[in-house]
Amino acid sequence: MPDSPLLQLKGIDKSFPGCRANEGIDLDIQAGEIHALLGENGAGKSTLVKIIYGVLRPDHGDLWWQGKPLRVASPAAARRVGIGMVFQHFSLFDAMTVLENIALALPAQDIGALRDNIDATAASYGLALDLDRDVYELSMGERQRIEIVRSLLQNPQLLILDEPTSVLTPQETDMLFTTLRALADEGRAVLYISHKLEEVRRLCDRATILRDGRRVADCIPAEETAQSLAEKMIGRRIEQPIGKAPRQPGQPGLRVLELRTGSDTPHGISLSDMSFTINEGEILGIAGIAGNGQTELMSALTGETGPPSSGSIEIMGAPANQLGPIARRKLGAAFVPEERVGHAAVGDMTLVENSFLTTLDDPAFCKHGVIKWPAVRAFSDQITHDFDVRTTGVDALASSLSGGNLQKFIVGREMLQSPGVLVVSQPTWGVDAGAAADIHRAIRSLAEAGSAILIISQDLDEILALCDRVAVISQGTLSRVQPIHDVTPEQIGLLMGIRHDSIANEASRATT
Amino acid sequence: MLRLEPRASHSVLAAWLSPLVALVMTVITGTVIFIAMGKDPAATLYIYFLQPLVSASGLSEVAVKAGPLVLIATGLSFGFRAGVWNIGAEGQYILGAIVGGGLAVFFHDSTNALLLPSMLALGIVGGMIWAAIPALLKTRFNANEILVSLMLVYIAELLLVYLVHGPWRNPQGWGFPGTRTFPDAAVLPVFFAQHRLHWGLILALATPFLAWFLVAKTRFGFRVRLFGSAPLAARHAGVRSTRMIWMTLLIGGGLAGLAGVIEASGTIGQLMPNISPGYGFTAIIVAFLGRLHPLGILLAGVVIAVTYIGGENAQIVAGLPKAVTGLFQGVILFYLLAFDLVTRYRLVFRRERGPEHA
Amino acid sequence: MLDLIIPSMMTMMTAATPLIFAATGELVCEKSGVLNLGVEGMMLVGAVFGFIGATVTGDAYVGFLIGGFSGIMASLIFAVLTLLLVSNQVATGLALTIFGTGLSALVGADYVGETIDRIRPLYVPNAADGPNVIQLFLGHDPVVYLGVLVLLACAGFLSRSRWGMILRAVGDSDVSAHAIGYPVIRIRFAAVAFGGLMAGLGGAYLSLAYTPLWAENMSAGRGWIALALVVFASWRPIRVLFGAVLFGGITIVQLNAQAIGLGIPGAVMSMLPYLATIVVLVLISSNATRIRLNAPACLAQPFRPER
Repeated sequence: MPDSPLLQLKGIDKSFPGCRANEGIDLDIQAGEIHALLGENGAGKSTLVKIIYGVLRPDHGDLWWQGKPLRVASPAAARRVGIGMVFQHFSLFDAMTVLENIALALPAQDIGALRDNIDATAASYGLALDLDRDVYELSMGERQRIEIVRSLLQNPQLLILDEPTSVLTPQETDMLFTTLRALADEGRAVLYISHKLEEVRRLCDRATILRDGRRVADCIPAEETAQSLAEKMIGRRIEQPIGKAPRQPGQPGLRVLELRTGSDTPHGISLSDMSFTINEGEILGIAGIAGNGQTELMSALTGETGPPSSGSIEIMGAPANQLGPIARRKLGAAFVPEERVGHAAVGDMTLVENSFLTTLDDPAFCKHGVIKWPAVRAFSDQITHDFDVRTTGVDALASSLSGGNLQKFIVGREMLQSPGVLVVSQPTWGVDAGAAADIHRAIRSLAEAGSAILIISQDLDEILALCDRVAVISQGTLSRVQPIHDVTPEQIGLLMGIRHDSIANEASRATT
Repeated sequence: MLRLEPRASHSVLAAWLSPLVALVMTVITGTVIFIAMGKDPAATLYIYFLQPLVSASGLSEVAVKAGPLVLIATGLSFGFRAGVWNIGAEGQYILGAIVGGGLAVFFHDSTNALLLPSMLALGIVGGMIWAAIPALLKTRFNANEILVSLMLVYIAELLLVYLVHGPWRNPQGWGFPGTRTFPDAAVLPVFFAQHRLHWGLILALATPFLAWFLVAKTRFGFRVRLFGSAPLAARHAGVRSTRMIWMTLLIGGGLAGLAGVIEASGTIGQLMPNISPGYGFTAIIVAFLGRLHPLGILLAGVVIAVTYIGGENAQIVAGLPKAVTGLFQGVILFYLLAFDLVTRYRLVFRRERGPEHA
Repeated sequence: MLDLIIPSMMTMMTAATPLIFAATGELVCEKSGVLNLGVEGMMLVGAVFGFIGATVTGDAYVGFLIGGFSGIMASLIFAVLTLLLVSNQVATGLALTIFGTGLSALVGADYVGETIDRIRPLYVPNAADGPNVIQLFLGHDPVVYLGVLVLLACAGFLSRSRWGMILRAVGDSDVSAHAIGYPVIRIRFAAVAFGGLMAGLGGAYLSLAYTPLWAENMSAGRGWIALALVVFASWRPIRVLFGAVLFGGITIVQLNAQAIGLGIPGAVMSMLPYLATIVVLVLISSNATRIRLNAPACLAQPFRPER
């Protein structure tokens, strides 16, 4: 038995109204180890680390630090003890410089000295940063580096990272892992929260697995397979993905040719020369790291931001460039944007009202400008029934539904309109496993019924499981579209970090 | 520890109760103020809140005051629902009075039956023109509609002052600012000879019902609500922001203009510098007190009208400054905004060991 | 010629001073992410209580301070509603203006027409010699200098001090500031109170120096113009100074034109400051990107810290 662990948790309980997030969790972390906290969305990982970091207080249970009882009243107290944390959502200030962002997270000190200090720390862990740039100009990887440097400058004994790779390219992930290994070699501990099995196997020395708020297993990831880890995490045997039935591609449903857009926000990305075609009965996946033009592509396709600067969009064979969202839906298109509350649905409207959101030009629901509320209500009943949306009723506010249920409602609303073309962004982002499986099944059966489907997703596993063909979006450009069986995840990862317009093209533009 | 939890669905009860609670709290506050001013609270409260309701003439005056408030507030509710903050209704009201009433000034000896309908129509147009300025500047140049519409209030007031002192001044007016009195053909008829209550009331009563139909039953109303609660979702549903800004401002301006010309024609019978006791601003309170719901606005309009009449009575009978009315109106809105919280959140008493609440 | 120009430039600064106070306060408030549309109401409250204070104590400077204090009290109503009870900032600001207008009219009813010993300039040349250039630098009352000093201090505070940086951070992302551990609500309370103080002082200056008397609604839209100045200045304090002086200038042009009698009716000339505000708003706002880059990202957004 080694010395007392760096951090020990005993019997942690935490409940929220309507859910027990943590139930009697024990955990111990040794100095110098990289410890994984593994679990599905909603397994209680975030709650547990918020307790460690002093954001939440447990209902029951104790924390011990180097063998002594520990009370963390606030994040500031946690930092004083030597616990640092990098959240999944960064705590950054877009309109301020990198230096200011770092200074804000530290006690008051001389700016000149801080600058030197940051440079030294950044250099010794390979974290390149330009201190005088404004944050809004930076990539997600660079932003994460700010967060890590912030933590490191406080010399933490334990660094907690919550889903750190969800915003990184595979290459950036490698860089992060090198940094983390260097930290562990110095004797610091890292608590690494993830649901990505391969990463945990590559990086972590030990893993604690949570399911439904309880600790279900401890293991050494290197001795497990991804399959065995997944079974512990999900609690049942995973069925292998159903083999995709070979389909006869039909007519082109969605065709995009040399699409270009300007950016309408100061920090936005402009799309350049995107081309792809999706035939009826086919699913195309667009992979890529967040912030590389997915949002812009989505709004160019829905028509929300007006016509593209050049290029063309055809829906079911009809030109759609000049059309707004309503006219594009009339051509047979349906859209599920990434942001559920505030974009795909309105949080403080009822489900009935929300089901009218994208059907407001359907004569079945609205004639001469007068809404037929009974018909709309029947439609929302149908959505909640057919897609198994768990709710207190169709008069519930959309904001009262869980992420998974609301997503099922939104997907259901679009699918029940039998679209010829369906564009879905992040279909299962932040959705529990059960709902994700339901949504995947529904998408697949819609394709089998002959719709052309585009899935824009950061989740490579999802794309590999669902799609017939795949392309990668990076810095507003799109890679060549390839059949899914012709590429490996590693090849896709490589495509995520580079621009896809040809060098020759750039050169010729520069000389003219 | 008192905590707030978001509600799963809007509480209809709380939504209707919070204006009532706000009213009760305002009365309590009023009592304190009256005592502080050395007045008998019971007597003063009676003068303020009940006396206007016990006589036929009082009721008639309440209805006369409630009319413009309800019309303007109904118009404003569209903008407020859509997140378009037109707070220049006062200016749009004045322009309605100027443009509509101007017709009566020009045809001051007319007996044409079309004069009155034309005036009402022109009043609406006048209000719309004044509201079109912030709409244009907002949609074309991104200029803040709050500030632009408000600046236009001051300009409208000065324009009215200029007109009634200058080119439109009554030649037989012994130098008093004001136009000629309107001809009979330009005056909205009264219901009863001895009271000022006129036909404008019918319009003020009908408008909220029409507005309720628009908001609750039509796609246009749905778009307005959508645009206000989630602009991105509205864009997703194909709602064009330019159109929403224009429509809601024009509705607000049109109804304010109508109120202005009705007041000039029905209640006053001429144009003069102070044709409005601040209706355009008070209507903002009416709109919120009525929870932006057209029928709620109808009730709220009556309540606020009572405080107007009560304030006038209190000035005469109890020697209270008229400004008390303005104070009450501000207080009522404060309380309302405070209790609004209850409709969105549930108050939960619970012992919590959370560090954030320590 | 100098006889005309020097007094004009003097009055220009006097006319600019209430705007400098109110706009600087609102700028700091908005930098923290809070939009307080109650400036007009707070100015009126400051004007009336400042005036009463001066009448009661016989000292205009005491009145001035009382005006500032009453501005703080008014702003705290707004702060409690918007920051603790998370009410809509636009509606609450309007309510504050309506409330302030009513309250000041009520409280000031007995003081209409009263005179006080006003705040006086530091240096007045011999009447016989006429105006001279020294006056331009030394001839203002102390509050004018105070206004410019406070504005410069705020500029330095926001750009150079750590607390200024924290204030900007709270306005840029309340969620991030909260996550790092800054007391967002408390910082915003302080910023709103500072806005109240400055609006109150600006209002008190109106009734104690600019037109040393109390009249209902005497701020005549200056609170709203101050709000417009903040947009005009793209949230930079130094530009507030330019804007305020510019508006002071417009006021003077309008007064002089009326005095000279150009044949333009007074009412029409009086429209000038309001028209100018609209023009300025249009010119500044039409560059939407600039507004978006400069405006505090959390401006007028409700914030409720999670459990």
